Amino acid sequence: MSETIFYIFLIIIGAGVILCLLRMLKGPTASDRAIAVDTVTTIVVALLVLLGFFFKRYVYLDVSLVYSVISFVGLVAIARFLEKGI
Amino acid sequence: MRLIIGEVITGIGTVFLFLGSLGIFRLPDVYNRVQAGTKCATLGAFLTIIGVGVMQPDWFWKALIIALFILISNPISSHALGRASLKSGVRLCDKSVVNKTEEFGRYNKK
Repeated sequence: MSETIFYIFLIIIGAGVILCLLRMLKGPTASDRAIAVDTVTTIVVALLVLLGFFFKRYVYLDVSLVYSVISFVGLVAIARFLEKGI
Repeated sequence: MRLIIGEVITGIGTVFLFLGSLGIFRLPDVYNRVQAGTKCATLGAFLTIIGVGVMQPDWFWKALIIALFILISNPISSHALGRASLKSGVRLCDKSVVNKTEEFGRYNKK
């Protein structure tokens, strides 16, 4: 993969993350913010794999897997909190 | 040849990630945002990771494990969030046509 294509991918993904962060700042209810954070974590998992391919580091895949597991557990905890309270 | 196929798959995945974020930003309601974020972001992340696995064949199985985990776990967490927001009393937007959940008494508490 050449550097130009990698930078194009990075700009597209960065624009998506910025849109999600704007929704997280604006969102009227707490559910909107939680959904925006959910999408940001999914995007960051894909971005970590892409960065690991570009920098040729195998460790980034482990980081990505652990990050996806922790974000899943955290979002289920947030949903549980919104539903019933702790 | 393998690099070109992987770049095309990764490009389609990044475009889907951007479209999911655009849906998160522009749609009017919590539940619309849930479906935009879940579908587009899941497919985009899946295609991006599989594209990296195609470009680098040594990493393919581990990338496949990560992609399958995202494919399983992301709809579950979004379903939990949507159900929690429905139970905690977030209303639908004004342009909504039908709301089937009013038939069940335990949802839509005022």
